[in-house]
Amino acid sequence: MGKSSTTKDAQALFQSLRSAYTATPTNLKIIDLYIVFAVVTAVIQVVYMALVGSFPFNSFLSGVLSCVGTAVLAVSLRIQVNKENKEFKDLPPERAFADFVLCNLVLHLVIMNFLG
Amino acid sequence: MARKLGFLVVAAFLVLASICESAIFNPVSESHRSAALELFSPADGSFGSLEETYEALRTFEVLGIEKKPDVKPSACASVVDTLRSTSSSLKDLFHALRVNGILKCELKDEAFGGIESRLKDSLNSANSLLDFYYTIGGLKRIKDQTSEVDVNLGDADKVFRSIKALSQSDGRWRFSSNNPESSNAAAGIALEALAGVISLASPEIDHSLLATLKSDIGKLFDGIERYDDGACYFDEKLVDASGHQGPLSASASVTRGITAFAAVTSESLNLPGEKILGLAKFFLGIGLPGSAKDLYYQIDALACLENIRQVSTVFFLSRNLLLGSIPLILSLPATVLSVTKKDQLKVQVSSVLGSSAPPLSVKLMQIFTSGSKDASIIDQKLKFDPDNSVHVLETLPTNVDVGKYIFSFEIIFDDPEHKKNYATGGRTKVPIHVTGVIKINNAEIAILDSDIGSVEAQKKLDLPGDNAAALSANHLQKLRMSFGLTTPFGHAFKPHQAFLKLRHESGVEHIFVVGNTGKKFEIILDFLGLVEKFFYLSGKYDIQLTVGDSVMENSFLQPLGHIELDLPDAPEKAARPPPQLVDPYSRYGPKAEINHIFRAPDKRPPRELSLAFSGLVLLPLLGFLAGLLHLRANLKNFPKSTAPATFAVLFHLGIAAVLVLYALFWFKLDLFTTLKALGLLGIFLMFVGHKTLSHLASTSSKLKSA
Repeated sequence: MGKSSTTKDAQALFQSLRSAYTATPTNLKIIDLYIVFAVVTAVIQVVYMALVGSFPFNSFLSGVLSCVGTAVLAVSLRIQVNKENKEFKDLPPERAFADFVLCNLVLHLVIMNFLG
Repeated sequence: MARKLGFLVVAAFLVLASICESAIFNPVSESHRSAALELFSPADGSFGSLEETYEALRTFEVLGIEKKPDVKPSACASVVDTLRSTSSSLKDLFHALRVNGILKCELKDEAFGGIESRLKDSLNSANSLLDFYYTIGGLKRIKDQTSEVDVNLGDADKVFRSIKALSQSDGRWRFSSNNPESSNAAAGIALEALAGVISLASPEIDHSLLATLKSDIGKLFDGIERYDDGACYFDEKLVDASGHQGPLSASASVTRGITAFAAVTSESLNLPGEKILGLAKFFLGIGLPGSAKDLYYQIDALACLENIRQVSTVFFLSRNLLLGSIPLILSLPATVLSVTKKDQLKVQVSSVLGSSAPPLSVKLMQIFTSGSKDASIIDQKLKFDPDNSVHVLETLPTNVDVGKYIFSFEIIFDDPEHKKNYATGGRTKVPIHVTGVIKINNAEIAILDSDIGSVEAQKKLDLPGDNAAALSANHLQKLRMSFGLTTPFGHAFKPHQAFLKLRHESGVEHIFVVGNTGKKFEIILDFLGLVEKFFYLSGKYDIQLTVGDSVMENSFLQPLGHIELDLPDAPEKAARPPPQLVDPYSRYGPKAEINHIFRAPDKRPPRELSLAFSGLVLLPLLGFLAGLLHLRANLKNFPKSTAPATFAVLFHLGIAAVLVLYALFWFKLDLFTTLKALGLLGIFLMFVGHKTLSHLASTSSKLKSA
């Protein structure tokens, strides 16, 4: 009884979450997809390291940090672009995107230097 | 080996020490000939420039080398080229004519004619000494080589005066009138040039001019420098552009000059024979020069000295008495004589180039014992051996024992007239080493009781020879070693070195000088006084005796056996024996090889696994693209009108360019290059980015407001 209700509750929760997410604007969904892509890539690299060892450690670090950094920057972009977020109401999304591009370029310059 | 080495060092030192006061000069010999062939070796059948060719040919000619390299075809071709060309310099013409003088290339007389007029023209415009030298030298060579062309100088007095104008009050010359520095080499060149003028003058030169020149030569010789061993030379401080100036070239130049002058003048030069001999000694004292140029200077100058009279005999038969002084060199094939082998003292007298001297006899006048001022007067005539042309002293004087001496010889001419023609330099002092086998007698080693002095153990030694004395002693006893040395003539002999060495098993060595008491060499080691010096080390000591001298043919260094020492135990404060030095041979031997340790390379995963993961990281990208399709993402917002679209495309291309630059940075560029390029790209990107994004912003705000 309790178990089925928990499952049901969970199902209901997911249902509501999914219905709520459907309302999210497409551009935010794209950013989310991008974040997932970056994080999964990072996870694959971590799995690889767990399997064979961390030998060129700087290469591993730069690979993972590149993904994580991109994800973090994308999260920041998402926060700034989100229209629901009143804090960045005055900031045009183009300006946020410009920041995103600039930060990515700087981040990857460092990553490339560290790649070895 | 060590024995021989020590002996050699001593001998070399003594020879060096004695050479300072008296020295031997050997005439030019076979070694000069082989050196000449080695130094003057033609490359591709020629010697390079005509000057070098002349120097090589002249050296070979003087040394009488038959087997010289055949350079005639190439040298003659070069001579003809130079003589025909209208642009060749005076110097080249001069050298070409000199080479032709030796090689006698086939030249037509017209060739000389053209050159003769050219040389005479340049003689009128010449103002530096070298110009005069080359022109007059060239004209003189033409005169020697052909009789067809008239090279006589009508205005010889004028030319003579203009050369003479460059002379200095001290007998030296200047190279040109605007060069104030005077030089001995220039004096030699000037004399040679003036000699040429005299021989070319068709009315004879004014005699008063010759008289002043003669006094100049006298002054020049007053400025000669002198070494302790009697060698004389002309110093040269002036460094000209050719750079090859030194005492050797200056002395050679002066020698050539005075010889040339002596050959043409009828004035008496009265050059002091002792200075001529000194010059000869200077040239011979150089030995074998290291460079071809030096060898030419040496050989050419010696040839001039040797022919100083012959030349004058040919032209002015009556003058040879006035000029005089061909240097004669007294040399000894061997200056080390062994009395044991009954070596005979041999003396050779020859000219500087090694040709035989006129009939003469050599007298041994005095013998100086090295290291003392005493001289015994001998006055003994040496017997002449005509087969080998050496003078032999058959038996050494009775008072000559083994040792170092300086023999003083004098040359007496059979014909007293020759005394004026040859310079012998009075008495010649030569260092002589008389060596012999030294007899060693009464050699014994003994252990004495300290208080009474009674002999405890005694062993006769056979020296030099194998000895294996086995002795033992304690600290209350003494060791006594004694021997006597006598020369083959029975006199007591005192060697330069006499050492006794005790060497402990641990390698600690003690060296004692064996003193001599008149006839006997004796050393007494009182072990009671030596315990401290021996560091209280008991045990086996090897005994070694060294007796050596440069005149002792049987110098030796050999073990005598060993002694067992029983010394008291060391007190607390006694000095420790010094650590033994490592073997000197191993110190300079090869060091142990250095093995470099490198970090072992880390383990790499299998290739397939790495490639599989490379593919795997692309999967999320595919997922991302699939998700985009699923979300129906599109490019509808991309600007449509031309200008904004261009900016948008440029913006994306700019980002792609930066990423490509990063990839290049990873593969090959360095940080500085990358940053420079990045700066430029960044400015571009800022511009187009701003254009694109502001366009997008304006579009979206229009939409909002609408």
